[in-house]
Amino acid sequence: MLPIGHYLFLGLALFIIGVIGVVTRRNVIVILMSIELILNAVNINLVAFSRLYGDVAGQVFALFIIADAAAEAAVGLGIIIAFFRNRETVLEDEMDLLKW
Amino acid sequence: MLDQVIFYFFAAIAVISAILTVTRRNVVHSAIFLITALLATAGIFLQLRAEFLFIVQIILYVGGIMVLFVFVIMLVNLDVAVRQLRFARQKWVALLISLALAAQVGLMLWSTGKMPGQGVPVLAAVPADKLPLNSEAVAKSLFETYLLPFEIASVLLLVAMIGAVVMAKKRT
Repeated sequence: MLPIGHYLFLGLALFIIGVIGVVTRRNVIVILMSIELILNAVNINLVAFSRLYGDVAGQVFALFIIADAAAEAAVGLGIIIAFFRNRETVLEDEMDLLKW
Repeated sequence: MLDQVIFYFFAAIAVISAILTVTRRNVVHSAIFLITALLATAGIFLQLRAEFLFIVQIILYVGGIMVLFVFVIMLVNLDVAVRQLRFARQKWVALLISLALAAQVGLMLWSTGKMPGQGVPVLAAVPADKLPLNSEAVAKSLFETYLLPFEIASVLLLVAMIGAVVMAKKRT
């Protein structure tokens, strides 16, 4: 195994790219994909520390995060379909029903 | 040496495809690059001797979640979205703040071990031949120590399934 810093910097890079995707893109589907990238970066950190300490608890938590990502993707995409049926758009700056 | 080559290979693929995911105009291209990023992450897991997570990542993420994404992309009309503006109006402010966050965390990680009493402790990893068999150890930990969170996760998945069906259902 390489020194832990390599994995932490890889996780940081993926996390920041995901954050940039969330805050700059307009398409809600791409925003959901960026959230998947963020969760993936967290998984890399968890597995790296699990390997560092020789303890599988980190991998179990990574499994929980994957289950959570699946649930989030299912519900999020369902909301996108419902919204698209009502408003004919998937762009987040046109979702302004609560704005006045 | 081999470890390093494998790590840098998969890390480069992961970072490049992640960048392409958030910058491509076409949403389908974004989805394809997200798939390669997730596969490269699976390679990192394998390099970290987490074989079970490697398989789960490929089957669940690439085989399950990404198929869901591609289906939804097909359901919403793509031709209009390709011609529209990719980035929101606040993109420069957002980029600046994200990069400031990156610099902050990166500086913190970089200074780890250089200053006394700061950051994560720098330890030597457990040697590879001392590790327990992976799937066996994960199963033991999952079904003994973390049995209650496991059950709660199953309830969460059930709730998410019902929620997705209710959300996507045609309103009568």
